Order: sequence, then structure tokens, then C-alpha cells
Amino acid sequence: MINICRWLRTVNSEMSDRISSEVRHPKFLGFAAKPPGKLKFFLTALPFILSIAIYITASQIRHAENPGDKILPTFTQMGDAVYMMAFEIDPRTGERLMLTDTVSSLRRIIIGMTAASLLGLVIGLNMGLFPGVEALSSVFITFVSIIPPLSILPIIFITLGVDEFAKIMLIFIGTFPLICRDIFLTVKKIPQEQITKSLTLGASQFQTTYGIIMPQVLPRLIDTTRLSFGAAWLFLIAAEAIVSDSGLGYRIFLVRRYLAMDIIIPYVFLITFLGFVIDWSLKKYVARRYSWYIKSKA
Amino acid sequence: MTKKIDNILYIENVYKEYGERVILDDIDFCISEGEFCTVVGPSGCGKSTLLRLILGQELPTSGVIHFNGEPIGFADTRRGVVYQRYSLYPHISVIENVMLGKKLELGLLKSGRKLLEIRDEAVEFLSRMGLEEHQDKYPHELSGGMQQRVAIAQALIMRPKILLMDEPFGALDPGMREAMQVFILEIWEQSDMTILFVTHDLEEAVYLGTRIIVLSQYYTDGRGADVQRGAKIVADYELKYRAATTKAKETANFGMLVGKVRREGFDPKQRTHVTDFNLQHPDSFQSLTDIEKQRV
Repeated sequence: MINICRWLRTVNSEMSDRISSEVRHPKFLGFAAKPPGKLKFFLTALPFILSIAIYITASQIRHAENPGDKILPTFTQMGDAVYMMAFEIDPRTGERLMLTDTVSSLRRIIIGMTAASLLGLVIGLNMGLFPGVEALSSVFITFVSIIPPLSILPIIFITLGVDEFAKIMLIFIGTFPLICRDIFLTVKKIPQEQITKSLTLGASQFQTTYGIIMPQVLPRLIDTTRLSFGAAWLFLIAAEAIVSDSGLGYRIFLVRRYLAMDIIIPYVFLITFLGFVIDWSLKKYVARRYSWYIKSKA
Repeated sequence: MTKKIDNILYIENVYKEYGERVILDDIDFCISEGEFCTVVGPSGCGKSTLLRLILGQELPTSGVIHFNGEPIGFADTRRGVVYQRYSLYPHISVIENVMLGKKLELGLLKSGRKLLEIRDEAVEFLSRMGLEEHQDKYPHELSGGMQQRVAIAQALIMRPKILLMDEPFGALDPGMREAMQVFILEIWEQSDMTILFVTHDLEEAVYLGTRIIVLSQYYTDGRGADVQRGAKIVADYELKYRAATTKAKETANFGMLVGKVRREGFDPKQRTHVTDFNLQHPDSFQSLTDIEKQRV
């Protein structure tokens, strides 16, 4: 803490050396604030540092009272648990459990989301361009999108069985209507001029739909898929919690019976980390592949 | 009155209504091939609506629009269009935008040799527009004037029979606007194309056109005061003296003509009766109902 204070003081004095004009931006407070690089980094890290510090303190207090405490495990305990889950072969299944869980969860969520985004694209696109398709499906899809997906989870399990397909289906049903409606609205916002123009350039309706309009909504599709991943994780974990034999959500709910917080907490971090990596890579992909999308919006 | 139904464009008794609101109120005119026809009128008079009807983006409520002697139908390659905005596709480069129409013609059979030919042709069009060094940029990286030149190239490469332009220079600053006016005149003189050019800028209309059509809702007829009227063609002139430079805009004749058109079409207080419209152009004609002809 003393070190941080000293460092902050040097940052401040560095800043006051660089007086270039009479009016300066404040460093932290107000609309016009411009935190300098180091301060910005510090501010970004601060909530993380604070949460970890609070956790460690609370964990130490509990362990001082009761060395066998399971509710707030120490980092050493969690490290041991992670080692066991990640590297030791489970005698019952002959697998490294953390790897098996990660692979089966990722498989489900990726298949489910790919299906939802591809079908959402095709249907949303056609709804946005063809008034007949819009009349046919717009209200129906809006209606379906309001059904809480978890409320029909029992129906899915009863009708589709309890294997992989049912879990993928829940992810699909939970995310498809939103993606579809978002693509529909995006296509609706494309000026009519662009469609007429394509006809004057000799495009057929098929060429206009899939050759001219679809490429324009692809980056938006990736964006909206990115945002739907949050919901997808929710449905995945709900499905795995109820019936499964592997998966990140399955494991969390399984070890809950033994109050195994030393496994649950690292697993939550693993899920968060996977979600973050997916989000980050999709964002980077859009920025790299669709520069016109980022820049013509600005 | 001779009807020229076989002209490149022939419009008779065209009405356009949106719900209760009448926008175009019995429009009649035809256009001869090779004409640079400007359509001018106060804002909200339905100039752009008329252009969309000719383009085939919308259908008239009633009336006849013929193109080369046949009913016109929805948008196709015989008509090129340049809008004020949104003419270019944001997701492909400038050269791809210009190549687009020709590439669509190929369909799925895209041989490398054909594509190269198309690219060469597109580069040629772009260099006519003075834009060959910008060919690999995206539209958003170009200025407004450059974007409009690309849009013109994109339309011209299809060699349309008629080029429809809807306020194409409306969003440009005055200097760029004047440069583009000279530029489009050059393009028009080099080709045998017919142009229909919609603008709300009177000087632009008088400067560019070989013919000026004034569309306005400010007129009187025998239908009484409580009828909601749409716009009619209130004046239609042949502009014989082609301007060589923009200096023409400073001459007395030019100023007088602009003033005259302004009085005829743009002044709500000065309403001409339908039978007294100044329809001097040989391609102009008028079909009025008996009630309309009555003088109140």
C-alpha cells in the first residue's frame, strides 16, 4: 500500500511537470477528465485487486477460526483442487475431468450458437427484405422470443430425450429469436435505395439478398452473436445442471453436494475466461475483417 | 396535340397518393432521347416521388408510364440511378462498386479473363472520373464529391438508356457542387444518354438542363378551394442556349429565366390557373378534366 501511494505521488508530479496550456484536463473527476496512461492502468486494475484482497482477508479470518473451513477456500486449496481436476486421471472414467468438461461444454455451446446465428441470419435477412416473409414470420418469432426458454426445458427433455441434442436445442431456442430479430431490424434499416440500386445494376432478387445485402449484415451478425453468448452460457449451465454426465455446469452442480468451493470457484473462473476469450476473439475478428463496418459507423 | 407514346419516356395521367394525401396530381409529359431534363420545384412537391415512379421503386396510384413504348415495370438495367446518398455499397471497395453491375451479369460463371476485362473497364470509368488512384479505398474513405463520382461511374458502366439523378449534388459544398455540374455536363455531352435530373436548386436546374420541368403545388383550378391538390407540371421550357462555363450563371438572361421560374413555381401567393400554364416545350402536353378547366 505504501508503495502504491509513493508511485501515485510520482505519477502526479510527472503530470504537473508537463504543463502545456493554462487550462488542464482533470486527471480523475468530471466530464473532461483524462486519466494519464499509468493512472488508467491502475484504475482498471483496482477493482480486481480490491476484490481479491477482500476475498483473501475474509478467507484468512474464517480459516483462523476454523482450519477446516470449506466455504472460502485459500488459494493453495484451490490450486490443489485445480491440479487434481486438470492433471490427474479420474479413476472412474479414465479421463482428465477438467479437459473433458471443457470440451463437452464448448462443443455444445459452439454447435448451438452456430446453428442459431446461421438460421437467424437467413430468416432475419429474408424477413427484412421480403414483405411476404415478414408477414408470415415476424409476429410469430416475436411471440416465440417471449417464451422463457427455461420454462420449456422440461418439454425439451421430455420430447427430445436427455442427450446432447436436447442441450444444444435449449441453447438454440434461447438465442435464435433474438439474433433473428436483430438481423431483421438491421436489414430493415438498410435504405430502400440500396435495393433499388442493385436492381438497376441487374441483380436478381437472389443476388441482392445473398450477394449484396447479406455481406453487409455479417459483421452485425457476429456482434449480436457475441452479445448472445451470455444467454447461451446460462442455458448451457442450466441444461447441464439438470441432466448430464460431463460439462462445466454439470461439475459445478455435482460437487456442490460436497460444498467443494475449491472446485466451484476455479470452474466459475474457467467459464468466465472461456466466455471472455470467445468475446474478445470475435471482436478482434470483426475489427480485422470488417474495417469498413467499424469506420463507416463512426 | 400529338401523343408521343413511343418516346423513350411517356407519362400520362399519373397520380400518386399516400393514403388521403395526393402528391402527384395528373402528371403528363414525355421525354425525347438525348435530352438533359431537369425537374425542379419547391420542397415537398413530389419531385423525388416522380423520380421513384420512373425508376420503378414505387408504382403510381393510377396512370400510365411507358418506356420505349412499353409499360415500365420495376427497376432494371435500362435505368441507372444516382441518389443524394446511399448510392454506394459500404462493404466493398470503390473498384468493386463500379464493377458490381458487370459482375452480376456474369452470375456464377466468373472466369478470370472476364473478371479482368471488367476490372479494366471499371478502371477506365474511374479514370474518366479522375479517381483511378482511389480504386482500392472503401466509400467512407472518400469525400462526398468523390463518392458521387464513383456512384455516377457505377451507374454509367451499365450504359443505361436513361440516367435518373435525385438531388445528386445536394449534400455537397458550393465549390464541389459547381465542379460536379460541369463534370456531369461533360459526361452527358460525350455520351448519347438521356438524363432526368431532380433538384430543388433553380440555378442548378436552369444551368444544366436542355429542358426544365417545373413541378409545383401552387396553382388554381376549377375544383374549388377545399380540395387537397397534389403537384402538377406548371411550366415546361426548352433551354436552347447551352452554357459552356459556369460564367453563364452571371449573365442577365440566366438571372431573368431563374426569376421567371421562381415566380411560376415557387411563390405560394402567385397561382396560375391550370389552363394558363407555360408549357412551351414540344414534348409537353396536358390532359385536364372538365372540372379542372373551369374558372372560378
